Amino acid sequence: MEHVVIIGNGISGITAARHIRKQSDCKITVISGETDHFFSRTALMYVYMGHMKFEHTKPYEDWFWEKNRIELKRAWVKTVDFEEKKLYFRLPNDDNDKEAKIGGSISYDKLILALGSTPNKFGWKGQNLKGVQGLYSYQDLESLQEMTPQIKKAVIVGGGLIGVELAEMLHSREIDVTFLVRESSFWNTVMPPEESALISRHIAENHINLQFSSELDEIIGDENGQVKAIRTKSGDEIECQFVGLTVGVSPNIALLKVPQGNMIGREKPAFVLGVGGIKLNRGILVNEYLETNIPDVYAIGDCAEHETPQKDRKNIEQIWYTGRIMGETVARTICGKPTKYQPGIFFNSAKFFDIEYQTYGQVPAELPSDTKTFYWEHSSGKICVRINYQANSAELPLRRTDPKAVMGVNTFGIRMRHEVWDEWITSGKSIEYVLENLPTANFDPEFFKQYEKEILEKYNAETGSSLILKSKKGIFSKLPFVNRHS
Amino acid sequence: MLQKLGLFIFLAAFGLFIGTLGMNNYKLTNEILEKNFKEDALLDAKIELASMIDQNYSNSYTFASELSEGINQLNKVYNAQQAWDKKIYEDTILSIVKASANGYLTDNKGLMFLLTFGLAIIGALLFILPEIQKPAGIKNDGIYFNPAMTRKWLGISIGTFLIVFYIALYFKPQYIANWTMLVDPVSKLINGGEASRWFMYGFLYTISVLVMGIRYIIRYRHSKYQIFRTLSIMFFQTCIAFILPEIMSNLNLPSADLKNMWPLDYSFFFNYRIDKLIAGGTFGIFLLIWGIVLFVVGVPVMVYFFGKRWYCSWVCGCGGLAETLGDPFRQLSDKSLKAWKIERYLIHGVLAFAIIMTIGVLYTYFTGSYNLLGFIPTESLKSSYGFLIGSIFSGVVGTGFYPLMGNRVWCRFGCPLAAYLGIIQRFKSKFRITTNGGQCISCGNCSTHCEMGIDVRAYAQKGQDIVRSSCVGCGVCSAVCPRGVLNLENAETGTRVMIAPDVLLGNLMEK
Ligand SMILES: Cc1cc2nc3c(=O)[nH]c(=O)nc-3n(C[C@H](O)[C@H](O)[C@H](O)COP(=O)(O)OP(=O)(O)OC[C@H]3O[C@@H](n4cnc5c(N)ncnc54)[C@H](O)[C@@H]3O)c2cc1C
Ligand code: SF4
Ligand code: SF4
Repeated sequence: MEHVVIIGNGISGITAARHIRKQSDCKITVISGETDHFFSRTALMYVYMGHMKFEHTKPYEDWFWEKNRIELKRAWVKTVDFEEKKLYFRLPNDDNDKEAKIGGSISYDKLILALGSTPNKFGWKGQNLKGVQGLYSYQDLESLQEMTPQIKKAVIVGGGLIGVELAEMLHSREIDVTFLVRESSFWNTVMPPEESALISRHIAENHINLQFSSELDEIIGDENGQVKAIRTKSGDEIECQFVGLTVGVSPNIALLKVPQGNMIGREKPAFVLGVGGIKLNRGILVNEYLETNIPDVYAIGDCAEHETPQKDRKNIEQIWYTGRIMGETVARTICGKPTKYQPGIFFNSAKFFDIEYQTYGQVPAELPSDTKTFYWEHSSGKICVRINYQANSAELPLRRTDPKAVMGVNTFGIRMRHEVWDEWITSGKSIEYVLENLPTANFDPEFFKQYEKEILEKYNAETGSSLILKSKKGIFSKLPFVNRHS
Repeated sequence: MLQKLGLFIFLAAFGLFIGTLGMNNYKLTNEILEKNFKEDALLDAKIELASMIDQNYSNSYTFASELSEGINQLNKVYNAQQAWDKKIYEDTILSIVKASANGYLTDNKGLMFLLTFGLAIIGALLFILPEIQKPAGIKNDGIYFNPAMTRKWLGISIGTFLIVFYIALYFKPQYIANWTMLVDPVSKLINGGEASRWFMYGFLYTISVLVMGIRYIIRYRHSKYQIFRTLSIMFFQTCIAFILPEIMSNLNLPSADLKNMWPLDYSFFFNYRIDKLIAGGTFGIFLLIWGIVLFVVGVPVMVYFFGKRWYCSWVCGCGGLAETLGDPFRQLSDKSLKAWKIERYLIHGVLAFAIIMTIGVLYTYFTGSYNLLGFIPTESLKSSYGFLIGSIFSGVVGTGFYPLMGNRVWCRFGCPLAAYLGIIQRFKSKFRITTNGGQCISCGNCSTHCEMGIDVRAYAQKGQDIVRSSCVGCGVCSAVCPRGVLNLENAETGTRVMIAPDVLLGNLMEK
């Protein structure tokens, strides 16, 4: 019986395992050093804030794995021998094992690398002091929990999604939070200015001390090696007992790196050869079938880097949904039905304190020259919708591109239907059509105030058009284009 | 600060409330016996209780237990004589205790009412209202650090208190006679008479729903669905369940809780109730027909359009208490597959029991025979249902176990009406909880806070709609979802996604 071994029990590895099981009878082993069972990384914050217990973050009950004949092994993989098709484990409890001591091995026929990410550290002075950490793993959560009683003031460095989550977490435990953001407004490398301002206001409103255009210079420790303050590049010292480093994550490929790798090739992506000759750049390089350059070895999720990403997608996308889609895809290939990784229209979502955010399609921070934008914001300053649409026709993947065809949407404080937006963007519906039918996309709970009329009126005023709402959301929903089977 | 003060006031009032049980002196007199016993039993009582007559008791507990012992003796004799109609029930003992009481509490009912109920309400509100200063949104911070909400010492204490309370209320009301006395002033105001234990219970129940309803509204004030739903519950409990029946009986009409229905209202078809309604003239007949139409026509039609939520989380009293007083405990429901299995056996078992019991009762009513099919004794069916389901399950376990098994123990495992509503919701309804494409991040907030123990995430992460007979449509899963994945909707029945798609939205590989 073929043996598929998966390193990594995160969303990508587990999705692959589940889908392989659905389609095949082969032996499946999932290895992870982090936890015994798959848990939802995205929910770590809720455990810290006391909304749930760790066991609630596990999407499947513990009996699920045995019932579905998915073997779980709790161990850290120390190295891989691609020629022998064998993995070697690190000795248990031996984090500092520099020599080649080995705690057992396992053979595979097919190997899926689903190693995830690790938080970035940029070589700051003091970055390894006690009280300095990122937030990624279960162990990070544990150490944060352990330190919490001693923390009165905390500094968070780096303004991304994990940074806001960490701010919200610390805030919920009544810790003073200073948030150092290198940019001049929150997350403005990803968000257009208005949205970025909206989030910044909301973060400040929650009593987080947001410092923009402020960069970390060094972290200062006391005699016990515990952090006591940080200094910014402009020379300010801020006292703190905890520093959260949330300056992004990088593929977790330490396992595959060899000490002296030379960059090969000048074309993008250039690569180095890692253990056993596997091609690495920032992540593990894979082709569109998620295959690495080594036969029978695949990489998915956060650790994978696409050599030829689909147009307008990045080559590394460290988000939940893409990990899941890669897992679904690689399972097909492994079960004998080679399938290309083809994520559809981009989507994502997040929550900033109390404001929910969803996005579909492309809404870059800076407006491309071929794109127009329509933005509406509610007077409360907490709800907004931005729709980007095509200025002229152009050649783009996945969708029709008539002038005025919608390309993407950002929505804050209004939930919208994934199916509807996916369909609108794919079929290139015009901004006018979309605005007239916006209530169809409304996914807010019943009785919530609706803003479609106000939104449409703003568009009419700006463009001198006289569009009217053509659909309505009543107590009985109509579910359009929904390909539903019961 | 204000909240601490509120908590302090509440605890002081609660302490006093418990303390009132030890207040008053008790003296049983012949007049009291004469008032409370039918002539044929009076002499027996006077003899049996002779040692108590005109004795002063400084403590309600000794008084009530001696009294109960005496009456137990009497009942034993009557049992032996098969003199069923002479038997003495809890309500008589309770009113004897009440009548025998004298002292500070009896003389200062109004003041004591204010110091217990009044202060408790004020304290609770002081504790609850300041929450409004926090920004609106989901505020679940610290739930799992709170000893009351996580089956720690405080939760277990609250549970124990509630269990003892329900046992006393149903089976030993003589020990809580002083509590009924506290609400006499309210009872006088509303219906002119003294408070029965059920009046006391109804009042306490309504107050709990109202005060904790305010808490719930503040907590979920960003959601109009939650606000409307809670106002509806508060309205139905206060006006329809509590006040309206009192008004009806003031008008000498047969009284009824118009929103309660068979089989939750399991005694609806009991002979004494049917007789009373029929004796009640046109209005009585109307109530009888209303009660039948409600479950025969009302339930299927409403559930078809809106799901069982129209009743369970918008109208029902049990649901109302669960959603308000019980809200802090919603996360304690068991989400395991095993619990779901037990749930299905239990709740449908109770429904079957209720149906058989009612058939038996009606059979006896129409034929006068006490044996259904010749061998099922209808009277013991009726009394065991009343005891096991009506009192123990719905009361003692149903509410007493809030802090141990979550706030919907009764609704989930026991309520026969919920089972009936659920069958229709599962097989013929427009209602479903829609999941939003591929947006779920499997965080588990929805499952954790689902009071019915539904593993909502298991559906959401597969892109399948949640169509479950037990879902009461409280909407909390949708509210707590940080990614906007869940939505309670009514739409064409055929559009419910009952089978998870092979791959979720966002993946273009051929399906
Ligand atoms: C706090 C936080 C919040 C987030 N919120 C969101 C969100 O809201 N939305 C979103 O889209 N994304 C979010 N993300 C990102 C998302 O969680 C990741 O993209 C996703 O979990 C990656 O899944 P994965 O399966 O690729 O890797 P991982 O989940 O990282 O799994 C990899 C596993 O492999 C193990 N492993 C690695 N090397 C070895 C080895 N040598 N031996 C044994 N085991 C090994 C790791 O320990 C880990 O358990 C969040 C991330 C974090 C940290
Ligand atoms: S599934 Fe959602 S709406 Fe239904 S009972 Fe559970 S939390 Fe309430
Ligand atoms: S709360 Fe929302 S995102 Fe989290 S598991 Fe439930 S449906 Fe998914």
